[in-house]
Amino acid sequence: MQKEKLVLIGNGMAGMRTIEELLRLEPALYDITVFGAEPHPNYNRILLSPVLSGEKTIDEIMLNTRAWYDEHGITLHTGDPVTDIDRKRRIVKSRSGRELPYDRLLLATGSYPFMVPVPGVDLPGVMGYRDIADVDAMIAAARAHQQAVVIGGGLLGLEAAYGLQQQGMDVTVVHLLDTLMERQLDKPAAALLQASLESRGLRFLMQAQTAAIEGTDRVERVRFKDGSAVPADLVVMAVGIRPNIALAQAAGLYCERGIVVDDTMLTYDPRIYAIGECVQHRGQCYGLVAPLFEQAKVCANHLARLGYGRYQGSVTSTKLKVTGIDLFSAGNYQGGEGCEEILFQDPGAGVYKKLVIRDNKLDGAVLYGDTIDGAWFFQLMRQGTDISGLRENLLFGQAHLGDAGHGGQTQAAAMSDDMQVCDCNGVCKGEIVRAITSKGLFTLDDVKLHTKAAASCGSCTGLVEQLLASTLGSDYSAPEAKPLCKCTDYTHDQVRAAIREQHLTSIGAVLQALDWREPDGCHVCRPALNYYLLSAWPNETRDDGQSRFINERAHANIQKDGTYSVIPRIFGGETSPQQLRAIADAADKYQVRTVKITGGQRIDLLGLTKEQLPHIWKDLTDAGFVSGHAYGKALRTVKTCVGSEWCRFGVQNSTKMGIELEELTWGSWTPHKFKMAVSGCPRNCAEATIKDFGVVAIESGWELHVGGNGGVKVRATDVLCRVETPEQVKEYCGAFMQVYREEARYLERTAPWVERVGIAYVKKRVVEDEVGRKALYKRFLESQKLAQVDPWKERATGAEAHEFTSLRQVNA
Amino acid sequence: MSAVMPEPTWVALGPIDSIPRLGARVLRRDGGDIAIFRTTDDQVFALLNRCPHKGGPLSEGIVYGRTVACPLHNWCLDLATGQAKAPDEGCAPSFPVRVEDGHVLVSLTPGAD
Ligand code: SRM
Ligand SMILES: Cc1cc2nc3c(=O)[nH]c(=O)nc-3n(C[C@H](O)[C@H](O)[C@H](O)COP(=O)(O)OP(=O)(O)OC[C@H]3O[C@@H](n4cnc5c(N)ncnc54)[C@H](O)[C@@H]3O)c2cc1C
Ligand code: SF4
Ligand code: FES
Repeated sequence: MQKEKLVLIGNGMAGMRTIEELLRLEPALYDITVFGAEPHPNYNRILLSPVLSGEKTIDEIMLNTRAWYDEHGITLHTGDPVTDIDRKRRIVKSRSGRELPYDRLLLATGSYPFMVPVPGVDLPGVMGYRDIADVDAMIAAARAHQQAVVIGGGLLGLEAAYGLQQQGMDVTVVHLLDTLMERQLDKPAAALLQASLESRGLRFLMQAQTAAIEGTDRVERVRFKDGSAVPADLVVMAVGIRPNIALAQAAGLYCERGIVVDDTMLTYDPRIYAIGECVQHRGQCYGLVAPLFEQAKVCANHLARLGYGRYQGSVTSTKLKVTGIDLFSAGNYQGGEGCEEILFQDPGAGVYKKLVIRDNKLDGAVLYGDTIDGAWFFQLMRQGTDISGLRENLLFGQAHLGDAGHGGQTQAAAMSDDMQVCDCNGVCKGEIVRAITSKGLFTLDDVKLHTKAAASCGSCTGLVEQLLASTLGSDYSAPEAKPLCKCTDYTHDQVRAAIREQHLTSIGAVLQALDWREPDGCHVCRPALNYYLLSAWPNETRDDGQSRFINERAHANIQKDGTYSVIPRIFGGETSPQQLRAIADAADKYQVRTVKITGGQRIDLLGLTKEQLPHIWKDLTDAGFVSGHAYGKALRTVKTCVGSEWCRFGVQNSTKMGIELEELTWGSWTPHKFKMAVSGCPRNCAEATIKDFGVVAIESGWELHVGGNGGVKVRATDVLCRVETPEQVKEYCGAFMQVYREEARYLERTAPWVERVGIAYVKKRVVEDEVGRKALYKRFLESQKLAQVDPWKERATGAEAHEFTSLRQVNA
Repeated sequence: MSAVMPEPTWVALGPIDSIPRLGARVLRRDGGDIAIFRTTDDQVFALLNRCPHKGGPLSEGIVYGRTVACPLHNWCLDLATGQAKAPDEGCAPSFPVRVEDGHVLVSLTPGAD
């Protein structure tokens, strides 16, 4: 089948984030082509200011290199803007003459700087501030000229001014109003900011209205309404941005200020999604990355045909990226009718804080000089927390809540796990700490790579460093991360990440990409790699039998004398006279030496030779049995009790539930064996509380349990949650198995895994994040389609025949 | 009576491709089965199919490099010599093998070549 074609117009931050999210959900759904007007691969636009000020290089702000596009099979056309969308024929045309059909189109054209329409605005030396070309031009101008004027005292203007000054220019900032950054700051904070920037040598002309830009071959001065003028060799306009909608409008797509989209990021054309600064959602256009990244998640969800993500608008917060200035603002920072304000001012120390409270909730905040609690305030705002109990101490920050005993602890240590650290990428403390511990990270760059925290605007870098310090101990010493086996220094998690990130789909490719010391690997790593590959790329990886332990290769359990045992699957442990007769007949026919009822409510036939296996399987499959996988790192058994059908205490039909769970999950490969049980009431006769996934019936539905183990080290389950319907039980079960499959290490049972990552994390993934749960469940079902092929039937009908026959027999 | 070295009896086992790479097949024999191994680079080795530890069928083990890991308790044996890797001690008898025109032949006289 041919893949559908997805074309992205606009190789910028929002568009490419959508593609990344999409690849995470559905790596192989589309043929993807990306058109970018700029000659570069995708870069981090918000770090242009540090490039301008000389604190970073262009290379350091690249997000997706050309190699990345290649690795992911994405065609990239840079320096080639799309000029025309033919919606009837579903074709895009580019400036260089490319014509490309699409099934889905994604518009992410961003915005452009608004240029005040005064005389002289097109003189050389007058420019906006938007992309790498602008930064290059500014740096070149700074080499040749001295006087710069920045029109606009907002976020962008101030960053441009600071950068130009760092490049050695004399900079004047011209602002129409009497306070800077009036869309983010109240007057006192703005005054502090202005004073601080003035002390660094920037000049300000406030309440100055530009009338004309003058010069002959190049800009020479900026003239104002009142007749006065300032000399200028370079003029940067940073007075605002306008959504880039010309292309969409020309194609007849409905636009207002931006391209109008619904809560799924769909435009008025059902084939066309739009995302980023070019869109208008519920009347709102955004100009910061955090909301765009939220949009990207939703859009990817719909492109992946999951169909349940919903974007409902964002609350935004701002930080200024001028080195040495700490400034944070969010929400309704002005206050006003019906609001109360809590203020703290220490002009001596250059600190100003204002919190706006409405109906006992935090409605806005401005912080200047001490922004460490910004993340916490932002969290309280977005969650709509009732702060009446915190009021007294609110302004002094989270560290001062409750008893004063937090003493020497850092801010980061005081944060709760679900508090957001990186607002650009929506990364919480818990995720970062988990990544640090589970993936063995010990540098800021590692954390950026694995979590994306601090990877966009960088203003949370300090917090991330604190988290590193508090998680690893203050010396940042590297944690003991065990290599996967003797053939490599990489850990399980590093190998797994490489398989995903480098799209490795065979054991050979892994060994080569990660410089394995042994050309074939060994008996420890190969089974692990085979599992990781199957779990990462179920559609693309060929299962390598030679890398499986004999039980899984032969689909039976090897015994001490080299014979095998066979355990047919008996769903939910409920059998019938016919089934028992078929098993008895097979046992007779193949002279099975021992017939045993197992601990998992199945029947074990012991003492068969390897040659006999395909034959007995044929008889068993003819009678309707499938493999019981008693030999695999796989779903083993679902034990059940008789439940409400018979038992005088039973409150739900536990047998049926167990059968349905086993029908859903049989055949799935897992990092280690996976056992389940369903009990019909809390008396729990099926021992559900020592299973990997246990279900206990209660009056109102089902209580779900995870992480139990009855083996070497007994562990009772943790309660996951309660649900009402069998459908929900299945969804939670599939989602739980899927996180375990995707994230646990090979040969790690759920019990140690849950202890390692924490039950809170498991709950977060499976219970609290509904969208995430549904996506996990979907991936589970997807891989089950390939997994539920009965290996016995295949082999009974001739597959892998060499495995079960000898080469030759001789009398010698 | 003078001792006569028995002529090695070469037994034809068929094309090399009937043995999976990084795997093994078995030659059944009254005097004890022989496991025939094939490596990634198509070298072929033969060992008595009994682990020196507790008799595990070596043919069922995972093969890597010139080593097989016994399926029962993971002793690792050198395919060429049958020697167990330290710290384990023991040796599985090995048999000479030849590959001619892509066909495998094994001699049933242990050790001789
Ligand atoms: C057949 C059976 C014993 C029986 O006759 O009842 C059995 C037999 C084996 N168990 Fe078990 N276990 C059997 C139920 C259990 C149970 C009880 C249960 O499943 O309800 C447990 C404790 C529950 C648990 O797993 O949490 C159990 C805990 C173990 C363990 C320890 C696992 C752990 O995490 O600590 C091992 C060792 C391992 O997997 O590494 C093990 C390993 C084995 C192996 C696979 C040993 C081996 O590698 O050869 C045995 C295979 C025998 C065979 O060839 O059939 N078996 N084993 C049971 C098969 C259940 C089934 O119907 O599929
Ligand atoms: C200097 C600067 C600093 C910033 N600092 C911050 C900050 O600190 N925090 C923050 O949250 N946000 C910041 N922003 C804003 C942030 O960068 C934008 O919100 C974000 O980049 C918008 O993403 P986008 O994908 O919508 O647009 P863009 O990233 O602009 O991507 C759109 C891309 O589409 C291309 N394009 C347009 N038309 C076509 C066409 N017809 N064919 C092909 N390609 C086309 C454009 O060339 C562009 O590359 C800053 C912006 C700038 C310029
Ligand atoms: S778990 Fe409850 S319902 Fe099920 S058999 Fe035991 S007592 Fe009966
Ligand atoms: S029998 Fe081979 S390792 Fe024990």
